[in-house]
Amino acid sequence: MAAWRDAPELPDFSLLKRLARDQLIFLLEQLPGKKDLFIDADLMSPLDRIANVTILKQHEVDKLYKVELKPIVSSSDQLCFLIRPRIQTVKWISDLVNADKVAGRFRRYKIIFTPQKFYACETVLEEQGVYGDVTTDEWNFYILPLDDDILSLELPEFFRDNFLEGDQRWVTTAGSALHLLQSVYGSFSKVYGIGRCAKMVYESWRELMEEGEQRTRQPEFAKVFLVDRDVDFVTPLCSQVVYEGLVDDLFRIKCGSVEFGPDVTSSDKSIKVMLNSQDKVFSEIRNEHFSNVFGFLSQKAKNLQTAYDKRRGMDIQQMKAFVSDELKGLKQEHRLLSLHIGASESMMKKKTKQDFQELLKTEHSLLEGFEIRECITYIEEHINRQVSMIDSLRLLCLLSITENGLLSKDYRSLKAQYLQSYGIKHLLTFANLRQLGLLEEQQAGETLTVMESKVGKLVNDKTVGKLTDAFSSLAKKSNFRALSKRLALVPKSGEEYDLRVPRDMAYVFSGAYIPLSCKLIEQVLERDGWTGLEEVTRMLNGQEFAVTEARNKTDAQRIVLVMFLGGCTFSEISALRFLGKERGCRFIVVTTAITNSARLLEALLDNHA
Amino acid sequence: MHAGKWRFCVANHLLQYVIYLCCKEEKSQTRTYYLFANAAWFDIKIELYEMGWNLKDGLRECLVAAAPYGGPICDARPQLEIYSSSGLPLASFPWKSGVVKQLGWTVSDDLLCVQEDGTVLVYDLLGGFKRHFSMGNEVSQSQVLETKIFHSPYGTGVAILTGALRFTLATNIDDIKLRRLPEVPGLQGAPSCWAVLTQDRQSKVLVANGSHLFILDNTACTPVTPPGLSPQASSIVHMCVSFSYKYLALLTDSGHVWMGTSNLKEKLSEVDTKIKTPPKQMAWCRRPKSQQPSAVVMWDGLLIVVGECKETIQYHLDDDSILVPELDGVRIISGTHHELLQEVPGACEEIFKIASMAPGALLLEAHKEYEKESQKADEYLREIKEQSLLSEAVRQCVEAAGHEHEPETQKTLLRAASFGKCFLSNFPPEQFVSMCRDLRVLNAVRDYTVGIPLTHTQFKQMTVQVLIDRLVYRKLYPLAIEICRYLKTPEYQGVSRVLKHWACYKVQQKEESDEVIAKAVSVKLADAAGIFYSEIATKAYESGRTELAIKLLEFEPRSGEQVPLLLKMKKSPLALSKAIESGDTDLVYTVVMYLKNELNRGDFFMMLRNQPVALSLYKQFCKHQEQDTLKDLFNQDDDHEELGNLYVKASYKEQRLEARIALLQSAVDEYYKAKNEFSAKTTEDEMRLLRFQRKLEEEKGELLVGFSLHDTMTTLLSVGLHKHAEQLYKDFRVPDKRFWWLKLKSLAEKEDWEELEKFGKSKKSPIGYLPFVEVCIKHHNKYEAKKYVSKVTPEQKVKAHLAVGDMEGAAEAAIERRNESEISTVLSRCSATTDHLLMERLNRAKATAVKK
Repeated sequence: MAAWRDAPELPDFSLLKRLARDQLIFLLEQLPGKKDLFIDADLMSPLDRIANVTILKQHEVDKLYKVELKPIVSSSDQLCFLIRPRIQTVKWISDLVNADKVAGRFRRYKIIFTPQKFYACETVLEEQGVYGDVTTDEWNFYILPLDDDILSLELPEFFRDNFLEGDQRWVTTAGSALHLLQSVYGSFSKVYGIGRCAKMVYESWRELMEEGEQRTRQPEFAKVFLVDRDVDFVTPLCSQVVYEGLVDDLFRIKCGSVEFGPDVTSSDKSIKVMLNSQDKVFSEIRNEHFSNVFGFLSQKAKNLQTAYDKRRGMDIQQMKAFVSDELKGLKQEHRLLSLHIGASESMMKKKTKQDFQELLKTEHSLLEGFEIRECITYIEEHINRQVSMIDSLRLLCLLSITENGLLSKDYRSLKAQYLQSYGIKHLLTFANLRQLGLLEEQQAGETLTVMESKVGKLVNDKTVGKLTDAFSSLAKKSNFRALSKRLALVPKSGEEYDLRVPRDMAYVFSGAYIPLSCKLIEQVLERDGWTGLEEVTRMLNGQEFAVTEARNKTDAQRIVLVMFLGGCTFSEISALRFLGKERGCRFIVVTTAITNSARLLEALLDNHA
Repeated sequence: MHAGKWRFCVANHLLQYVIYLCCKEEKSQTRTYYLFANAAWFDIKIELYEMGWNLKDGLRECLVAAAPYGGPICDARPQLEIYSSSGLPLASFPWKSGVVKQLGWTVSDDLLCVQEDGTVLVYDLLGGFKRHFSMGNEVSQSQVLETKIFHSPYGTGVAILTGALRFTLATNIDDIKLRRLPEVPGLQGAPSCWAVLTQDRQSKVLVANGSHLFILDNTACTPVTPPGLSPQASSIVHMCVSFSYKYLALLTDSGHVWMGTSNLKEKLSEVDTKIKTPPKQMAWCRRPKSQQPSAVVMWDGLLIVVGECKETIQYHLDDDSILVPELDGVRIISGTHHELLQEVPGACEEIFKIASMAPGALLLEAHKEYEKESQKADEYLREIKEQSLLSEAVRQCVEAAGHEHEPETQKTLLRAASFGKCFLSNFPPEQFVSMCRDLRVLNAVRDYTVGIPLTHTQFKQMTVQVLIDRLVYRKLYPLAIEICRYLKTPEYQGVSRVLKHWACYKVQQKEESDEVIAKAVSVKLADAAGIFYSEIATKAYESGRTELAIKLLEFEPRSGEQVPLLLKMKKSPLALSKAIESGDTDLVYTVVMYLKNELNRGDFFMMLRNQPVALSLYKQFCKHQEQDTLKDLFNQDDDHEELGNLYVKASYKEQRLEARIALLQSAVDEYYKAKNEFSAKTTEDEMRLLRFQRKLEEEKGELLVGFSLHDTMTTLLSVGLHKHAEQLYKDFRVPDKRFWWLKLKSLAEKEDWEELEKFGKSKKSPIGYLPFVEVCIKHHNKYEAKKYVSKVTPEQKVKAHLAVGDMEGAAEAAIERRNESEISTVLSRCSATTDHLLMERLNRAKATAVKK
C-alpha cells in the first residue's frame, strides 16, 4: 500500500514532548538541591519518553523509585513525588509524612500531580493533617505522542472512571488536551462528536477557548471528531487480526514499545522494541492482515539477502563504500526483520490452531447474527473447559451486544457456569458489565421494536431514571443488528474477500465487519455532519453534535483529528489509516489510552479494588 | 521660546549653569546643572511639584514614608495622612492602634504600618483597612527596635530588629514565611546601621557593629570587610544599598563615603565629605547602565552628592526633607517642594551642553532656524548630513525628549526629531511613535491632580500594566481606561480589567439601590471581554449585599465561577447544581465536601439524592476513604443490590473464614431484599462451598479454600478424591458436560487410561467422544485415542480419524457422508507421495458430491 500521492504532511508533534520536558524541568528546579524522585508505576514509561534518567539526574534527582504504596527507604532530605492524582497514592504519601513526623525526621516533600491536581487529593492531605508539610504542583503533561499519528493521554483509568463509575473528573483533562493542541497547532474549523462524554469534553474545551486569548494562526488541522468508547463496544471486543493489533493482543504493547520474550527472540533474553513508524519493517506490516505478514516478511528477507550478497565480487573500494553507507542500515533492518519474523512465527503457532479458527468463526457468526445457538454452545464449552477467563467474558459480551441482551434462560445458565469456573467474585464483574450495557438479560417479552420505542422515550424524557441508573447505560441497548444493517457494517457473506487487496475497512476484521466507530467517522465526514444519519444516532442514543468554528480553506482541511474517549484499538487506527489513504486525507488519533479486549474487560473486573 | 538668561560662575572647581526657562503657564522652573570639572557629568535637579499640602510643621518630627515609582506619601502623627506625590490629600484618619515604629509601602501601593509589638497593619492607598499579620511571637515578646521595608523580585518584605538584637524577616508579605536570622557575635546594643540585601535568590541582612561588618543569611553570620576602606574609620555609621541591590555605600565616622559592589568584592570609589556628624539619610542616585557611582547624603539643611572624584556637589536645603531613592535618581520631598535629583541623561547632556556640536544639538538648532524661516536651518542640516549623522541626531532628540519633564521642551525636541526624519528615507518610525505615546501618558499621570511623577526610565521598568493598576488603586478609572484605549492594550488586560475594578468599587456604594447598581454594572460591562462577574459579586457580598451579589452572579456565563461565592453565601443547593452544570468534577467535589461538613448527615444525603453526579462522585470518594458511609448511602436508598455487592467485595478482604461467611450471609440477605434470587442462591452456594472446602482442608490437608467450584473439583480429582468431587457434582448441580470434561482431563493428566475407559463406558458421554480422542492425542496416546474413534458421532468422525492420523478412516468417513467440505479437508491433509490412491478416490467422491 503505497502512500497516497499527495497525502498532507502531518504536524510535528515532538514539540509537545519538548513543552512537557521543559515544564517538568522547571518544576524540579523549584525544589533546589538533591532529591529522591518517586514515580507512579504507570507514569514510568511515559516519563521515559519525555525525560530520561540522564536528564532527571542533571536536575539533581538523586535516586528514582517506583511508587509501590509500601514504606520507603530513602536517606534523602528532599522527596519529590510524581504521581497521577489518585486518592490512594496521596494517602500513602500522607502516611509517609506522618511517619517521619513521629520519628522526628525533617524532610521537604513536594508532590507533582500530572496532568492536574484534584480537589479530592488536597482534601486527603488536609484530612491527614499534612497539608502544610507538602508543597504541590501540577505538571500539565496532557499528551504523549506515541507515533506520527497517534497521541495518547495515557489515562487507562479514564474508561472505568467515566463510563462505569460516573466520575467525570477526566473530562476537563481531555478538554485541556484539545486546548493544548489548539494553542500549539492552530484552531480547528469544524468539530463533530457523538456521546455524552464527547459533548462534555467539547464544552470544557470551548470554555477554555473562551477564557484564553484568541490567537490567529495558520491551523494545522481542520476537523475534529470526538467519540465515546461506549458508542461502539463491539469493535474493541473483537479479536484483532491486523499485525499491530495482534502484537498488542498477544504481547501487550506498552507506551509504544513491546517486550518480545525468548520464544520470539530465539535466545534466552527478552528484547524491548519500539514499535512506530521509525521501524521501517514494522511500518510496512503494521496495518496488514496477519495472513499476509509472513509472506511479506520472507520476501523482505530475500531482498535483504540480495543486498548482503552484493558484497560478493566487490573490490576493496566498493566494499568500503558498502560498509560505510549501507551495512549499518542493513544490519539494523536485519535485526528488526528477524524480530518480526520471530513474532509472526509465534503468532502463527498460536493463531492458526484449530481453537483460534473456531473462535474467529464464532465471532463472525455473532457479528452476522447467524447460527446463534451453535455460538452459545461454543461459548458454554469455552467456559466449561476454563479456556480463558477473559476470552469467555468477551464472547459473552459480544453475544449480548449483538443480540440485544441474552434470553433469561441463557443469561442465567451461562452466568452460573461462568461463576462455577472462575468463582463467585465475578458476581461483581457481571454487575459492572450490566451497568455498562455490555452483558444484559433481555426483559421478558421485549422485542426489538419495543426496545426502540423505549430508547426513543428515554431520549425525550431525560429526567427518567433512578439514582443508580443515572450513569448506567440504561438506555444503551446496543441495537447492533439494526445499526449493522443500516450502515452495512457486515459485508454480505459468501463473497470472497481478498485480504491482500482490501476494498474497505472490513479487512481489519478479515472482511467480516467494518468497525462501527470508523464507519461513523467516514459517514459524518462524507456528509459534513449528521444529516441523513438521524436514525443511526437515535439508535446510538443521540448526543451527537457538529459545530463550525471557523472557515478556512487550506491543506489542513485534509487532516482530521479523531479523539477516542475511553480508548481505541490498533485495529481502529489501521482502519482509519486505510480510510485516509482511500480519501486522500490523514487521520490523527488522540486517545485516552490504547485499549484492546483484554484491557477493556480487565478494567471492569472488581477484584483489584 | 527658550528665552532665558545664562549665567556661569566658577566655585570650588565646579561650573554651575543656571538656566531659567519660561513656560507658557508662566510657572517658572529652575533647573540646575552641575558639572564636575574633571569627570564631565551632570546632576540635574528638577522640580516636580510645589506641594499641595498644608503641613504645619513641615516634615519635622514626623514619621514619613514615600513609595518609589512616584508613589504616594504617608505621614503619621496622631492623625495618619496619605498624600499623592503632589501633596494632594488622599486619606486621613486618626491612629488608634499601637505605637507605629515604621511606615512603608508595598509594591502594590498598600501601606504597611509596623507596630512596636510586631503586628503589621495593611491599609490600601485610600486608607481602607485590608488586613493585619504578625511577625511572630519572638518579635512581639522582645518588641520591635528597628524595621526596614524592602522590595525584591519576590514582592515586598519586612525586616525587623528586635529588642533582643535578633533579626526576623519575611521576604514576601503576601506569602509570609518568617525567618529568624542567626545571632550577630559581640552585639551589645543596637547596631550602628544595617540594611537588607537580595543576593542569590535570598534576602540577607548586612549589619555594622562599630567597624565590623557581618552578612546574615539563613544559616550563618559571616564577617566581611569592604576592600580598601580607609583605615581612619572606627565605625560605620550609615549604609545604603542601591535600588538594584547591586551597589553598596558606607559612611564612616571619619566622614568617608565608601562605594562599591554589594557583594563587597570591588571598591568603586571613596570620597571624604569632611563632615563627621551622622547624617539623616543616605541614598544611591544612579541611573541604570551609568558608569558613575554616585550617592546622596543628607544632613540638616545640607545635601551632598558624592561621586567618583574627590569633589562633591553641595546643595543647601531650606527645609526638612526626606530622600526617596528611585531607579534612576532620588526624589527630595520637603514641606513645600518635591524635586527629582538625577544624573543628566547622556542624550540631554549632548543636546543641552553649552556650545555642543553633537548631532542632536545641531538638529535642534536647525529646526529652530527653520521655524524662524531662516536659511541657517539648511546650513545646520547640511553639517549633520555631511557627517551622515542625521539618524543619530533624530535618535538623540527622541531620547532626550523622553527624559524631559516639561511638555514644551518635549515638544521642541520631538518637533526637531520629526523635522530631521523628513530628510531620512527609511528611518524606522517605531521609536518616535512610541515615545510620543509614552510621553503623552507620562504627562497625563504627572499632572498635579494625579500626582505620579514617573520618569520615562521608571515607566518602562514598571510597565503599562502596573501603571494601570496604580491608577485603579487611586480610583482614576476614566484616566486608566483612556490610557488603555490610547495605548491599544489588549482589552483583556486593559479596559476589561479597569472596568472590573470600577464595578467592584461601584457595588460598595451604599447609597444606591441593588437594581440601579446591577443595571449600571451590566450596561457598562456588557461588551467587555473577559469580565469575571463572580469577582464583582464577591465584592458585593463582602460589603454585605447578598442580594446584589446574586443578581450580579446571574450575569456570569461560567457556572463554575459562581460556585465558590454561592457557597460562601450559603446558597448550597444552587451552588451544587451550578457546579454540576459546569462539568468540572473538581468543583463538584469542592461543594460536596463543603456540604458534608456543613449539613447533618440526613440532609446531606437527601441533597445528594437529587444530584446523581454529585452522588456518584461522593461514592467514589467513599470507596477509598469511608467504606461505612458508602453502606449508609446504599441503605438510605434501599439499594440492596449494591449493598449485596459491597458485602461480597468485603468478604474477599476478610482472612478469617467465619467472618467471611458472615459477610456473605449479609450479602445473601440483601440480595433477597433486592429480589435478586440468582445472586442470593449463588452466594449461598458459595457459603456452602467454603464450608465444604474447609472441612476437606481439615480432613485431607489439601489447600482448597477460596477456589472456584471448578478449581476445587479439578484439585480433588487430581489428588484422587473422586468421591468428594462427585459429591460436589451432585450437590452443586454441576452440568454433566462440565463434569465430564473435568474428569476426562484429570484422568488423562494422570494417564489413568484404565479408569478413563471405565468412565467412558459408564454412560453415554454428554460431550460426545471426540474430546476423548483429542485429549488422548494431546497426551500422546494414540493407542487409547483410537479406542474412542468408533464412538464418535458421524458428524465428527472425519475429525476424529484425522486426529489419530488415520487417513484411510477419515477418507472412508468423508466419502460415506458425501460431504464436500469434509472431503476437501481430508484432501488437504493427504500427502501426494504416500496417499496417492486415497487422493484419487477422494477426488472422485468429491466430484460426485459436487454434482449432487
